[in-house]
Amino acid sequence: MKLVTTALAITLAGFSYAAQAQEITGAGSTFAAPIYGKWAEAAQGVLGVKLNYQAIGSGAGINQINNRTVDFGASDMPVAGDQLAEHKLVQFPTVIGGVVMAVNVPGIQTDQLKLTGELLADIYLGTITKWNDPRIAALNQGLTLPNLAIAPVHRADGSGTTFVFTDYLSIVNPEWKAKVGSSTSVNWPVGSGAKGSDGVAGTVKQVRGGIGYVESAYATQNKLTMTLQSNKAGSFVAASMKSYVAAAASADWSKVQNFAIDLNDQPGAESWPIESATFVLLPTNPKDPAQSGRVTSFFDWAFNHGGDIATQLLYVPLPTTVQDAIRAAWKAQLPAAKM
Amino acid sequence: MQTATAFAPATRSGRRHRSVGDVIFATVARGLGCFVLLLLSAIIVSLFIGGLPSFRAFGVEFLWETTWDPVKQQFGAGVPIFGTVVTSVLALVIAVPLAFGIAFTLTEIAPAWMRRPVGTAIELLAAIPSIIYGMWGFFVIVPIMSQYVMPTLGDTFADVPFLGTVFGGAPFGTGILTAAMVLAVMVIPFIAATMRDVFLTVPPVFKESAYGVGCTTWEVMRSIVVPYTRVSVMGGIMLGLGRALGETMAVTFVIGNANRIATSLFDPGNTIASIVALEFPESAAGSLKLSSLLALGFILFVISFIVLAISRLLLRPRSA
Repeated sequence: MKLVTTALAITLAGFSYAAQAQEITGAGSTFAAPIYGKWAEAAQGVLGVKLNYQAIGSGAGINQINNRTVDFGASDMPVAGDQLAEHKLVQFPTVIGGVVMAVNVPGIQTDQLKLTGELLADIYLGTITKWNDPRIAALNQGLTLPNLAIAPVHRADGSGTTFVFTDYLSIVNPEWKAKVGSSTSVNWPVGSGAKGSDGVAGTVKQVRGGIGYVESAYATQNKLTMTLQSNKAGSFVAASMKSYVAAAASADWSKVQNFAIDLNDQPGAESWPIESATFVLLPTNPKDPAQSGRVTSFFDWAFNHGGDIATQLLYVPLPTTVQDAIRAAWKAQLPAAKM
Repeated sequence: MQTATAFAPATRSGRRHRSVGDVIFATVARGLGCFVLLLLSAIIVSLFIGGLPSFRAFGVEFLWETTWDPVKQQFGAGVPIFGTVVTSVLALVIAVPLAFGIAFTLTEIAPAWMRRPVGTAIELLAAIPSIIYGMWGFFVIVPIMSQYVMPTLGDTFADVPFLGTVFGGAPFGTGILTAAMVLAVMVIPFIAATMRDVFLTVPPVFKESAYGVGCTTWEVMRSIVVPYTRVSVMGGIMLGLGRALGETMAVTFVIGNANRIATSLFDPGNTIASIVALEFPESAAGSLKLSSLLALGFILFVISFIVLAISRLLLRPRSA
């Protein structure tokens, strides 16, 4: 009897081991965490691949893939070509998304408050400290702005969303570029930090007068009050699928290396100004080639079948030409790529 | 006269003949004791070596430099050290009177049926994991601070010269004061338990003679108990300080994570523990940021070591 039980236990353990071996691990961007989660749910039944994704921030994701502790790293900040070569990584985008500004000003509803990129930079530089500042009031003639201190909220951890936001501020405000610069982690002149995009969203919701930057998915899911931002063409646009698609449409992918495109401040009357692609980093010399193959087959499935899921969450799927270029890059640089 | 024992006959040299088991056990025990010392020194040395590149790059100014700029690769320990010291001292300012009150109540005023349960409840406070304190602080205390306490204090003192700056700033809810309050709640059990234990060691004859002369309860406490236990109470406070200095997750949630010197109690800041918790995951191996964080760890280790050593010194049992 004991022999039978032991044999049964070992067989079952063997099955569970086989089932667990189909798991891929990824870490990094909180920007992409909602879409990777939904894709993983949908792909599990079809592909039999389970995704274990940790949204620890782009900086930490890059660190983890450099140390090869995960199968793929996810970052909103594209890694420079020499760094990719040094750490033997291949980089490709998976989806495009917008970064929106959430505010908490009593009396202001969503899509009412108009702000420009320069004003945003001045708010985060500490030059503008009150919501009823003349420069903000001049843009918003029809709104009553309270005499309330502005409470800027930023990401406390190393974040690709921070990179996207500070890159946009550097483009539209030369003082920001000189004083602070853009990176996953910067020396913020004013404001309070919160951990993760959910931390920023939560803090803005709680603090009267708060303003913060989050991915579009977090803003819509948490029903935050969003702003109207002015774009390069000078018109004020609301954060919506239409404006994200317009910004992505004018991107010229042929001019960039390693797919490292900058989608901030794109031309076009309908374009959303703060937008970025999110990237995945895969080792070209993986310890376990089979795992590398599972990662590429997961993203290949996502390119082919995950477009609707992405649109539902307000991400813009990549154009088919870019997807084909990515598959070609896999074939060229990854020995174990499976599609 | 030499008495022969049945168990350990004396040899010619006068040493006892021990069995092999004894020798092995003694060696293992001594080895484990040395291992603890070795481990401690290994930690200190590895932190120091890891932090050496940043000490070399920035020199001694690293200790008071207040920039923390990852883009320009300029790091300084001034802001985290300031935050650690200010939050810990504020936490003690809040916690010590409360802990004294608790200890006083438990030893003098409370009826006998109340002493055990309340004492156990205080000790249970010490057993709660610190991340629970962090979450409780973030979801319960921070909204109260940002919606009621901070705006009220800010508006009341808006035009008063000194207090206006101290209570000024945007009402984030997180900040130095909130972090100090959460730390105070975490530190009260340690101080209160130590105080209660040392208050109970006062010989009853002293207190009874004071009562006999006509002192009130408070006069007995002030003139007999506190002077008698003063040194041990200091030791308990230092113990609480040691805990407050190293507290990580609870502080990280509620301090607001800003790398600037705070001019107001409501400003966000950073402590050594919270800046390491936040910035460590994204620090690439071998980078200047990583070695700055390790240097900060070394500094915190040294500070905590000194504080705890003083507390042990003050708490040592003394002959009456």
